[in-house]
Amino acid sequence: MVTIENLHKKFGKHQVLSGLNLTITEGGIFAVLGPNGSGKTTLIKSILGMVIPNKGNISVLGEDVKKNPDYRHKIDYLPQIANFPSNLKVKELIKMIKDLRKYTNEDERLIKLFKLEPFLDKKLGNLSGGTKQKVNLVLTFMFDSPLIILDEPTTGLDPISLIRLKDLIQTEKAKGKTILITSHIMGFVEEVSDEIVFLLEGKIYFKGTISKLKTQTNQPDFEHAIASILTDNHA
Amino acid sequence: MLKILKYSFFDLMRSRWSYVYFAFYLLLGIVLLFLNNDLSKAVITLMNVIIVLVPLIGTIFGVMYYYNSKEFTELLLAQPLKRSSIFLGQYLGVALSLSMSLILGLGIPFVFYGLFKSNAIWDFSLLLITGTFLTLIFTALAFNIALSNENKIKGFGYAILLWLLLAIIYDGAFLMTLIMFEDYPLDKLSLVGTMLNPIDLSRTLILLKLDISALLGYTGAVFKEFFGTNFGLIISFIMLTVWVILPVLRIVFKSKKKDF
Repeated sequence: MVTIENLHKKFGKHQVLSGLNLTITEGGIFAVLGPNGSGKTTLIKSILGMVIPNKGNISVLGEDVKKNPDYRHKIDYLPQIANFPSNLKVKELIKMIKDLRKYTNEDERLIKLFKLEPFLDKKLGNLSGGTKQKVNLVLTFMFDSPLIILDEPTTGLDPISLIRLKDLIQTEKAKGKTILITSHIMGFVEEVSDEIVFLLEGKIYFKGTISKLKTQTNQPDFEHAIASILTDNHA
Repeated sequence: MLKILKYSFFDLMRSRWSYVYFAFYLLLGIVLLFLNNDLSKAVITLMNVIIVLVPLIGTIFGVMYYYNSKEFTELLLAQPLKRSSIFLGQYLGVALSLSMSLILGLGIPFVFYGLFKSNAIWDFSLLLITGTFLTLIFTALAFNIALSNENKIKGFGYAILLWLLLAIIYDGAFLMTLIMFEDYPLDKLSLVGTMLNPIDLSRTLILLKLDISALLGYTGAVFKEFFGTNFGLIISFIMLTVWVILPVLRIVFKSKKKDF
């Protein structure tokens, strides 16, 4: 699905990714974890072609990301901070994104699911953070793409919406899609993900299932396992 | 690209500032016509305002739009769109909506005053054409500055400096050189110097069309000889076009390499 070879990225003097190799197979939910500034968002943005790597190759579904932007038709991306043009109404934004990508009526179902009907005619600048995130989710999930990338999807969501999001992720997974998630909420990660990818100092430190991580670090629960990696490496 | 252009354009058309800009020109046009009671004189006064104001508004609007639509740009970057079409679409959206405010804002009062019946129509058209060129040039320069500076304050600072440099300082420095070397023949040099600054070029172009080159003395005569001919006019428009194309090319080039 996604193959990354020897990825290097530097921002100024700061080396964020240094020789990262990662293969993500088709189907399942992968969580990308790591301490702040470990390069999670940089990794995701490199896959999307928003960050241009200094070195290395990335291919998505067999297509080299540098060559043609069309591979992004196969990716649904949820950006970290949902800040949309404040002059636009929710309805117009959804229409615009559909116009830019392709037609779908999936948005109606998602709008109902997240109870966004009363906000459709409001301007995006006047929405609360949580509501913006819901709009963000509608925009992401309305296209039926084989690869879904979610950067901090839980930000600002209330408990009911969070449950709906989890359901949504599971239904998408059941369709055989590949889902990449970054999150700092360990409970959420433990609940939804099949496999985790742990980034540390610009490289993959660990890749595998959560139970494998627990045995490897000798910790009874997931949160402590993650914490032990961090203390072992920064002590 | 056209879709991005459409959305940027409508986004701006809906913003308050486009209306303010449009209303300003409308008011300016009306006031000048009533005060001067003469189309040609109004055109000269307008020129003085446009030559300074259009570049300023173009730069400020360009920088402001770029920084304000940063999130929107990021949203677009994740879509299956080419980078060049995103940035060119946005650039043209800003530049065209500004040009439209200018053309409509000034055009409406002049048309009502009887522009089509007067012989000032060509001077007025030239004014609008150079105004549009200046908008295209300075918005492109503003996008360049914004693309190269992550820091908003720095970006704004550089944009204002650029405007100051081309609109005021360049003239001063140019004049100083002319005074310093007044013993030498300077007509060629001053011609080249004028060509290299789009603001000066536009000003000279309009002044000479308005037939007030006598004010410029001997240099005026040389200028008249050059700009007054079709050859000079074509060269001037080529220069203005180059001033549009170079920054636009840099937008395309720079945007391809930038991280978001």
